[in-house]
Amino acid sequence: MKPAAFAYEAPRTVDEVLGILAEHGDEAKLLAGGQSLVPMLNFRLMRPALLVDINRVQGVSAIEPQGGGLSVGAMTRQGALERSSAVARAFPLLAEALPLIAHFQIRNRGTIGGSLSHADPAAELPAVMTALGAQLVLRSRRAERTVTCDQFFKGYLETDLAADEMLVRIQIPPDPARSGSAFLEVSQRHGDFALVGVAVRLTLDAKSACAAASIVLTGVDTRPLRASEAERALVGSRLSEDDLRGAAALAAKNLAPQSDMHASADYRTDAARALTARALAAALGRARTTRQEPA
Amino acid sequence: MEKKTVRMRVNGKPCEVSVEPRKLLADVLREDLGLTGTHVGCEHGVCGACTIQLDGEAVRSCLMFGVQAEGAELATVEGLAQEGQLSALQDSFSEHHALQCGFCTAGILMSLDSYMREHPRASESELRVALSGNLCRCTGYRNIVRAACAVAGVSAKKESDG
Repeated sequence: MKPAAFAYEAPRTVDEVLGILAEHGDEAKLLAGGQSLVPMLNFRLMRPALLVDINRVQGVSAIEPQGGGLSVGAMTRQGALERSSAVARAFPLLAEALPLIAHFQIRNRGTIGGSLSHADPAAELPAVMTALGAQLVLRSRRAERTVTCDQFFKGYLETDLAADEMLVRIQIPPDPARSGSAFLEVSQRHGDFALVGVAVRLTLDAKSACAAASIVLTGVDTRPLRASEAERALVGSRLSEDDLRGAAALAAKNLAPQSDMHASADYRTDAARALTARALAAALGRARTTRQEPA
Repeated sequence: MEKKTVRMRVNGKPCEVSVEPRKLLADVLREDLGLTGTHVGCEHGVCGACTIQLDGEAVRSCLMFGVQAEGAELATVEGLAQEGQLSALQDSFSEHHALQCGFCTAGILMSLDSYMREHPRASESELRVALSGNLCRCTGYRNIVRAACAVAGVSAKKESDG
């Protein structure tokens, strides 16, 4: 199908975007890379009165070092992140997940901010950013505020963004020393949305016990799901095989994923457990071989 | 809705069209510029038939609006042959019988042309991943992989299938 008619604006600055949003609110929709929004427009699942194309906005697509971590402009293309040496060097969890997002043609257009703002419950980046403890900078005419991913993702395609706000920047803190991470997913074909995915990061203390654990599942709930109980069970443990297996079982406990034409709820739950166990083992192996201090 | 004037370069030539904002870039290419080599399949970014190059990068032309191409440099399958000579990739597709109905071919050529410019010596498995964003319902992919491998200078595994 073809999209319903809309008015179109292509502002050049964030201030102009915020002015348009302040005036039009819910009537306006921001167009980032368009790889999720345009299909919805083509299917007429959405019919915004005004489309605000932010592809020409200056100053929102840089990848910059910030306090040992990274500051990533919301309009940074997923393909640019994939080619970034800073990401490859110091953010292995992100680097591992990026090639799993759709196909390279989609990543050439798709943006990090677009993916996070769209908040598809099976997408990779929301889970990865949650696992990494990223902070999202939201700006409106009224104010600028910074929220955590746990605050940002509210439900199915639903975020904490107000109608007059734009996600402008993502701040990713550096991995702690002695950390290892892994991202795994199952999908029907390469590039398909994940049936289930998991982002894991483990941090060891000086005696090789678990100092911190981050486990976030995608595809099993309406939003990225932090496996808090499993995380708590691992902290302080020696990370034995039994510890990892137990944590994976806790991560899959009480899951209530959807059954649909692609997979049953039972399959998704079992896959969540199996993937979490594998991802924990991989992350632990990497944490044990990593350098003592972050790059 | 009011039409907007869009100026861009397509296959090296300057073009100007006047289009509604909601008109997909794929439809602008086909209907306003007569470049019907770009095919429209699923209209939601999955099949890859409409893949073109935007400033050298492979993108879905069904997931962009024509108005977004203002000032852009676009390449479509019509631009691959130079002075009546097929590109090496097109030649290899012909040589290896890498198409049957041909509906997907333009998108596959534009994807591979862009990918292989960055990865001229890609392995068979890398080429298969690069091809995974383009659906072909006739060939089973085997001859497409062979054609791509021949250009990359690697030989496709005999027993492997799509």
